[in-house]
Amino acid sequence: MPTETLPEHIVKSYDEDLRHLRDMTARMGGLAERQVADATRALVRRDTELATEVVQRDAQIDALEREIESFCVRLIALRQPMAQDLRVIIAAMKASNDLERIGDYARNAAKRAIVLASLPAIGSLAGFERMAQLVQENLKAAMDAFVTDDAEAARAVWEADEPVDAIYNGIFRELLTFMMEDPRNITAATHMLFIAKNLERIGDHTTNIAERIYYAVRGDTLPEERPKADQSAYAVVRPAGE
Amino acid sequence: MSTTTDTQAAATQGFGGVQARSEAVLNAPRIAIRNLDFFYGDNRALKAIDFDIPDRQVTGMIGPSGCGKSTLLRVLNRMYSLYPGQRATGEAMLDGMNIVAPDCDLNALRAKVGMVFQKPTPFPMTIYENIAFGVRLHEKLSKAQMDERVEWALTRAAIWEEVKDRLDTSALGLSGGQQQRLCIARTIAVRPEVILFDEPTSALDPISTLKIEELIDELKRDFTIVIVTHNMQQAARCADQVAFFYLGELIEVAPAAQMFTAPKHAKTQEYITGRFG
Repeated sequence: MPTETLPEHIVKSYDEDLRHLRDMTARMGGLAERQVADATRALVRRDTELATEVVQRDAQIDALEREIESFCVRLIALRQPMAQDLRVIIAAMKASNDLERIGDYARNAAKRAIVLASLPAIGSLAGFERMAQLVQENLKAAMDAFVTDDAEAARAVWEADEPVDAIYNGIFRELLTFMMEDPRNITAATHMLFIAKNLERIGDHTTNIAERIYYAVRGDTLPEERPKADQSAYAVVRPAGE
Repeated sequence: MSTTTDTQAAATQGFGGVQARSEAVLNAPRIAIRNLDFFYGDNRALKAIDFDIPDRQVTGMIGPSGCGKSTLLRVLNRMYSLYPGQRATGEAMLDGMNIVAPDCDLNALRAKVGMVFQKPTPFPMTIYENIAFGVRLHEKLSKAQMDERVEWALTRAAIWEEVKDRLDTSALGLSGGQQQRLCIARTIAVRPEVILFDEPTSALDPISTLKIEELIDELKRDFTIVIVTHNMQQAARCADQVAFFYLGELIEVAPAAQMFTAPKHAKTQEYITGRFG
């Protein structure tokens, strides 16, 4: 539920500016969602054409980031925003940065999908699909929260990243097993590992966006520690019997 | 071949969000205002005001016209006593003396609390006399001591260099910004503890405004400062603490950094973001 709705500004064009900023950010979010979805679809279907489209489309996201940033700079200089207006502008500027990174991860995943399409398939891609789906849902929920000023929805997104980490850990272990079983799997498994990591990072950037929305709406910050389940950084693999 | 995975507890990562908290620390109160009401005849212009003005820091008072901020400023040096039918109840304690009490010594009060007005108000005298005039009311100084005091006040008001060669010329020949700094010099010449500024830059150009703001920043090392301003950016630039008034009530008082990034009260939010006022 949106926390509170502020009345309109005395200067109407200021409201229009802020609406325009929200629209641009929402559009960028939508584009980022689509990139994640298409990169995953390209991976699962071994569709190099779609993967190539994803790679090419990334420039649109980059352009939007520049557009949002320069618009925010203009707003700050010309409107001298205060309080919630200022927080929203800063949140949009930083969110655009996260969305740009999300776009880069999606593009990188698409590039690897092109390579993987030329290699024999290993394992199941169900985990990837599930992970991509979760990440997209969260990203969509985050962008909706941004458009509707909904701090509680943002908090829910921030808390919902844990299952993404859990799936990532599962994929990580599974791919390690494939590599140990047969070194010929290493090329494909490494690319897949990077794709999984990309998706996991996309989830983290989504929680960043959620944090910023929460701050923009509420004026206070979420706790320092977010629920996390990514433990792959501490993984040690030993052949059995050692 | 099979694998085992050792894990440690996940280390906590840094928080990526935007920090809103201000590090501002407010000093001990210089003026403690408690349950203060003010009446213009039957009209209650201030309603149960309760807050502290910190020592040697800048308190900014903001709010739409008629909100009571200028009224409160006038209460703090008892200017309202000049007008019949105006009265204050409650407490405004400065050095153990209640400013609004009927038995408050107004001469002593006005030596402690100086005021600078919206429009520069130089006396039609020489620059030197503008400063010396007020000092003579409170102290007996030798010519040499007075010269020293005049130079000190003009220096502290950042105008000495501009006027030192024409102290015997009329103050009315100065520019608006210079006149306002002269008025500040006149105010500090009697060495008050508190300086009240009532929209001190609204009649000045942007450069003169910045000079006054820089001066306020300098003066707060020695004086407790209260400034009423319509310019929100000015309050944000100058003040350590900001109080927002609306319809005679103190709606919110907070360190400036908090007030302008994350005010607690919806009315404050609406006012400072330009949604009413």
